[in-house]
Amino acid sequence: MTTLHPAASRATDAVAGSPRRAGTGTTATRILGIATIVSMCWLVAFGLGFSPADRDQEEAVRLLYVHVPTIWLAYLAFVVTAVSSAMYLWRRSLGWDRLAGASAELGVVFMAVTLVVGALWGRLTWGVFWQWDARLTTTALLFVTYIGYLAVRNLGGSHAQRATRSAVLGLLAVLEIPLVHFSVQLWRSLHQGRTFEPNDTNMDGLMLFSLFVGVIAFTLLYTWLIIHRTRAMAMEDMIDDRGLDDALAARRAEAAAVPGADEEAH
Amino acid sequence: MGVTRIAWLVARKDLRVEWASKVFTNQVLPFAAVTMVIFAFALDADVVLERVAPGLVWLATLFSLLVLVQRSFAIENEDGALDATRVAGVDPRAIFAGKALALAVELVILEAMLLLAAVVLYGQDVPIEGVPLLAVTSITATCGLAAVGTLYGGLAAGFTGRETLLPLLTLPAVAPVLIGATRAVEAALGTAGAVVSDGWPWVGLLTVFAVAFGVGGALAFGPLIDE
Amino acid sequence: MDDAGFIIGSYALTFGAVILYTWRVLRRGRKLADQIPDEDKYWL
Repeated sequence: MTTLHPAASRATDAVAGSPRRAGTGTTATRILGIATIVSMCWLVAFGLGFSPADRDQEEAVRLLYVHVPTIWLAYLAFVVTAVSSAMYLWRRSLGWDRLAGASAELGVVFMAVTLVVGALWGRLTWGVFWQWDARLTTTALLFVTYIGYLAVRNLGGSHAQRATRSAVLGLLAVLEIPLVHFSVQLWRSLHQGRTFEPNDTNMDGLMLFSLFVGVIAFTLLYTWLIIHRTRAMAMEDMIDDRGLDDALAARRAEAAAVPGADEEAH
Repeated sequence: MGVTRIAWLVARKDLRVEWASKVFTNQVLPFAAVTMVIFAFALDADVVLERVAPGLVWLATLFSLLVLVQRSFAIENEDGALDATRVAGVDPRAIFAGKALALAVELVILEAMLLLAAVVLYGQDVPIEGVPLLAVTSITATCGLAAVGTLYGGLAAGFTGRETLLPLLTLPAVAPVLIGATRAVEAALGTAGAVVSDGWPWVGLLTVFAVAFGVGGALAFGPLIDE
Repeated sequence: MDDAGFIIGSYALTFGAVILYTWRVLRRGRKLADQIPDEDKYWL
């Protein structure tokens, strides 16, 4: 069972016997959640069922109906992180920091999925799991960069320190990524190779619709998860703060209890 | 005291400490030399080694960069010197510039040694017309590496439990330098049919990188080291 | 692995990851919410 924090225990005692506490969900999120699940079902139906096979890629095109949405989501997440980082540095409100962190976490998860599914798609269409082109390579490095970002978020210290460090790092990532992309592009232009891009396919109406459903479904998913995650982060911060308050209170009680123990608070 | 003057003093201090401790000459340079040797073990064929020599030089530089940055900040954190300097109100941009400058000096010396190692171990020839390109490449690449190293070093290096973060943060960030510097050196040495004029666009990239991280680093350094 | 294997596998992977991560987020939210009194929850 979860061991409750002293402060939380006090609060629990106060409401002992009352019904279970409210969670991170609200009416809005429940609607979002249902919409997400419904659209995901549509995606599976269209992606695996109703949509036709492609002329060139045949059935492999079905992978695009999940691959493109996940990468869209990953990029969206990282843009949100970058903007939130800038907003934090401007406004110094921790809400922005938590949004940045939650978004980065989501971004990393979906980027990982993207890279794996992309490799499988590549295997089916190009015959290889990987290609050293600008887009893929930059995506891989972006992935690693945000793993580093998440690691820095966990370095400890006060919330403000975490927020400032992460925000600066988030903005440095915005500086790094175009540089990486450009240098890889310049590099690979020296090697004339095939470039197959997902956009090469001539998509007919139903295929485009399936893609559209996918993008909508994953955008809803993003919004739903971001809301829950940021609320959870806010609570983590609250619990941290209480821990600090309690520690300070305990320290003062200690000092008061022992006469003559008048050392300066450290 | 002006920012430039402080930066200069910081750089001199770092270099003096390094000169006194001899860690650079007795540990880091040998480490770099050893990596050049073990590359040969991994890459078996002479033909392959000759072809990839420029890349190996820069790989060895990158690995040594990580070691140098750790060292640069370890000496600060032993006695809390960095914190003390900040508390004293020293402009963090000056600290950044000074430490980056010291790091750059060490890197340039390292690169020269690695080039010599490549000539000796990998059978490289240095044509006269390639020398200016080599020199400019070394300087621009080094500025970029020193900026990134100092920046992320301030965040990660020298702190217990954080040192492992340094490679993870630094290597993706310096990927453009690795790409650009290697292609430029290939052009300078005439590897795989490249000509010197092929190298200058890469120098352009390296310069942009150095400026971007020089400026960005100076601005970001303060917030990152404020503990 | 033939085509169908890759395709089903990718869908399984994608939705598996989505479901796992979603469950993790919601569960963590629930655990934390039980430790915080309702008046502190700004979204209510």
